[in-house]
Amino acid sequence: MKTAPEIESVIDRMARDLRQLFTERGITDPLMVGIHTGGVWIAGRLHSQLGLQQPLGTLDISFYRDDFTRVGINPQVKPSRLPYSIDDKHIVLVDDVLHTGRTIRAALNELFDYGRPASVTLVVLVERSGRELPIEAAVVGVHMKLTEHEHVKLGGPDPLQLSVQESP
Amino acid sequence: MSVRDIQLDDKGRLRHFLTVEGLSRQILTDILDTAESFATVGEQAVKKVPLLRGKTITNLFFESSTRTRTTFELAAKRLSADVLNINVATSSTSKGESMLDMLRNLEAMHCDMFVVRHNRSGAAHFIARHVAPHISVINGGDGCHAHPTQAMLDMFTIRRHKGEFNKLKVAIVGDILHSRVARSQIHALSILGAHEIRVIGPKTLIPRDASTFGVHVVHDLRAGLSDVDAVLMLRLQRERMEGAFLPSEHEYFQLYGLNEDTLAHAKPDAIVLHPGPINRGVEIDSRVADGARSVILEQVTNGIAVRMAVMAMVLGRGNADEGEVRRPGAER
Repeated sequence: MKTAPEIESVIDRMARDLRQLFTERGITDPLMVGIHTGGVWIAGRLHSQLGLQQPLGTLDISFYRDDFTRVGINPQVKPSRLPYSIDDKHIVLVDDVLHTGRTIRAALNELFDYGRPASVTLVVLVERSGRELPIEAAVVGVHMKLTEHEHVKLGGPDPLQLSVQESP
Repeated sequence: MSVRDIQLDDKGRLRHFLTVEGLSRQILTDILDTAESFATVGEQAVKKVPLLRGKTITNLFFESSTRTRTTFELAAKRLSADVLNINVATSSTSKGESMLDMLRNLEAMHCDMFVVRHNRSGAAHFIARHVAPHISVINGGDGCHAHPTQAMLDMFTIRRHKGEFNKLKVAIVGDILHSRVARSQIHALSILGAHEIRVIGPKTLIPRDASTFGVHVVHDLRAGLSDVDAVLMLRLQRERMEGAFLPSEHEYFQLYGLNEDTLAHAKPDAIVLHPGPINRGVEIDSRVADGARSVILEQVTNGIAVRMAVMAMVLGRGNADEGEVRRPGAER
């Protein structure tokens, strides 16, 4: 649906929006954290475009999912890496797709098990319809209005590709 | 029914963890991979994940143990499960209650998992055959038979230091005959494809049929350690010896004790493992046990992550379709 150059230009705009947001809110030393797997790809692009000093953090929220007893554990779980203290820091949380909001709920729970950040700002490449929780992104690449049978998929990491698939 | 059948559910997933024997390389690798991600939980400010919230895990210890019981307990607590510790030597079996009656009572309390340690080989299998269908059993060591989580934490520790197994020469040293740890290590190393497995010890402490397990039997410590990547020491188990297996501990140390001189025969970057508790000056010299190549305390830390992985895998099989596990880049 969206080609690699189009996605790269969307990410360029997200980086500009994010820089402006840092200025407005007086955030000088943000910590960027990507959610595995697609969120880490997007966060990596934003991190280098913004030239952030602190290394990129990663979260795998598998251990915090609310459907563990239904879907079980995936052995391909990646370790979470937050190579710094997050206490009193401004966190920029990055994911590929915001849909129900449950992934972000799980990520927030995990973040708070590492410490008490000053703030958390959510950044997503795709904001789509279907929220089940009161969660909102501050910076969004593209908005999509989709039915519950349509699913957004991000392929990557190089090149990044967005497609919409129809479930049977 | 074979051992293999009882450990797996109808989709081939781990349901009980009783022995390494008969499991696939894929399952062992899944345990190691899953443990790798649990290892970071110990680095969080809140050392806990909510995965097994609401589950009850019972440590059923018919044989005393400190390290194994505490690491199982910590593993369960870091997964947010509730934990009961039952030291059966002091519980109602001493009032004449049978083991099966005790199991029925624990089932009536809605336990989800038993971690069993027993001095009789086969005890964990016996319990696995008799529990209610929703309960999982993990073997925390049974007699001279198996100690699968210990073997997997050893594999985890070796893999972290040495990478893939197919290039590794590994020596297991000491009382192979009485050691459930050695038995499980041999199965795990061979399933994971270790290049060479050597067992080293006096004739009286090596099973006569040892070579049928695909291992090389060596009776000389120096020759056996030559060029190995990892040395797996075993504890001399005085409590399991009934006859005259050994002349004296002093003589044993002279012949089979690991010290800096004997360790010099291994590769310069070889690591030294020991399941604990160590008998200093009996099977291992303090300078080796506390030295730079010893990973003995890492094993303890890794034991928590490996036990978390096994607990999460057997209790987290879920009942949904296979394809529902989160895929990279999949939208949710």
